[in-house]
Amino acid sequence: MPPSDNFELRLYVAGQTPKAVRAFANLRKICEEHLAGRYSIEVIDLVDNPALGRGDQILALPTLVRRLPTPIKKIIGDLSNTERVLVGLDLRPRRVSA
Amino acid sequence: MVKKNVDRMQIGKAPTGISGLDEITYGGLPAGRPTLVSGGPGSGKTLLGVSFLVNGALEHGEPGVLLTFEENAGELAQDVRSLGYDLDKLVAERKLLVDYVHVDRSEIEETGEYDLEGLFVRLDHAIKQIGARRVMLDTIETLFGGLKDTGILRAELRRLFRWLRDRQITAVVTAERGEQMFTRQGLEEYITDAVISLDHRVHEQISTRRIRVVKYRGSHHGTNEYPFLIDRDGITVLPVTSLLLEHTAPDERISSGLPALDDMLGGQGFYRGSTVLLSGTAGTGKTTLGAHFVDAACRRGEKCLYFLFEESPQQMIRNMRSAGVDVGKWVDKGLLQFHADRPNRHGLETHLLAMHHAVELFDPDVVVMDPITNLLAVGTTMDVRSMLTRVIDFLKSRSTTAMFTSLTSSDHSLERTETLISSLMDTWILVATELEGKHRNRQIYVLKSRGMPHSDDVRSFRFSPGGIEIEGPTRAPIAEPLRRTARAAKPTRVPPGSRGNGGPHSRASARRRK
Repeated sequence: MPPSDNFELRLYVAGQTPKAVRAFANLRKICEEHLAGRYSIEVIDLVDNPALGRGDQILALPTLVRRLPTPIKKIIGDLSNTERVLVGLDLRPRRVSA
Repeated sequence: MVKKNVDRMQIGKAPTGISGLDEITYGGLPAGRPTLVSGGPGSGKTLLGVSFLVNGALEHGEPGVLLTFEENAGELAQDVRSLGYDLDKLVAERKLLVDYVHVDRSEIEETGEYDLEGLFVRLDHAIKQIGARRVMLDTIETLFGGLKDTGILRAELRRLFRWLRDRQITAVVTAERGEQMFTRQGLEEYITDAVISLDHRVHEQISTRRIRVVKYRGSHHGTNEYPFLIDRDGITVLPVTSLLLEHTAPDERISSGLPALDDMLGGQGFYRGSTVLLSGTAGTGKTTLGAHFVDAACRRGEKCLYFLFEESPQQMIRNMRSAGVDVGKWVDKGLLQFHADRPNRHGLETHLLAMHHAVELFDPDVVVMDPITNLLAVGTTMDVRSMLTRVIDFLKSRSTTAMFTSLTSSDHSLERTETLISSLMDTWILVATELEGKHRNRQIYVLKSRGMPHSDDVRSFRFSPGGIEIEGPTRAPIAEPLRRTARAAKPTRVPPGSRGNGGPHSRASARRRK
């Protein structure tokens, strides 16, 4: 049922803030549980590479960008709500609200 | 306490380079602080901000960052092009940096805590890249459409403005006008340094743009609404409330272009820098008299600006040539410039502004407005009077001599206008025609002329191949419109014999006494 292709993920942060650390831990956990063996995570610290924020139109931090599979998806926040992360990654159908 | 006041008065100013705006803000926007510019769609917010950045980069050595949140990037390019600035060149010279921020709510999922540090990093990076001193955020409220958590957004915007202040960046933050507030999201709560409001009103299909400095902490500022103009030179704001009667009164006299009329005006013509009202019914020769006046000025080598509210310049030149006054040659020599505009194309404020602009650019010695009564199509009598007061004040401050023609109807309806306007005029000349058998007899009469002994004669005149020829005092019956206007203008009784040799006025009062 879940798509079989590889997930290429980028996590944008700015320094080792508590939110950034939390987001990374949450992401690792979700990936291990739902995408074991078919994901890669690249962490981009905008403090070191400020110019990189422009390309993916990063405003909010932390931002998780699903580069692959297309289309590009963005999830902002510390990824504490697993359900919503799965919806954002298209691993769960979006609940249609009225 | 005293020291605090001194500090407040010495707030640094960052000139916008926008003509008029720096005057009403006494020097520009608060340096090193954010200014909120709010207005409806198409009110000129973006143009104001971009002018501020471009002028800062070109004239004040302050590079600028434009962070635009607008979805339509093409619109920005268009606005800037209309200013005639080469944005690409400025970018290439590292005087300007444009960053398009794009937020699409449909592709963003929100979960858990976040902040807008990414925006800060981007802005900081842009500022450092070119050493920017100025920043424009256009329109940051767009973020409210892209992100759901308004609590976080508000806290982060507050932090952003503080962040800009800490870095001593002079910023323009644009926002859409809200229903009850200056901005939809109440940004005025966060930016308290200076607030400018732009307005674009359409009344009876005539549009007027207005600007108001709502707030300017620590500085004096003009508090009125000022009309402004957007044209190919960008934004021009007109500060209009300097209605001080301080202008000098030159003793120099200049010819009306007609020796006989000069003769009626104490033998020497008008005072330089004075105002002349020329009124009469249709076809009495007002424009021809104006043409004589202009012709004489150009012969002296002076520059004339002629505002036409009825005819095109070509039409006026042709008609005057046929009446025996060739003004076309002065256009060729660069001494005469026409400015033709339909009255109902703009509101009065915009006309006023366009006139100011034209006068400032051409710097004329003589100005003619023909006919001012057409302006009544776009405003009430009081509006027109108020506008003329400002025009006259402006022209007098430059010692520019001004002639206004006024079309009176044969009934009484315009006499109120005439009387209201006439008090602004130093000299009032009436022209009229009277049917005499099968001949129309043209007459001219100086109703008033401040500061000189003027003739009380009614004189006949006629059109000759060389223009108007005024004859000696007339024996023909006084034209009815002339008699009526004279009566309406001078309602007070004057003792018999106190006004010279029996002009129409004393006749009229003599008749009333019977």
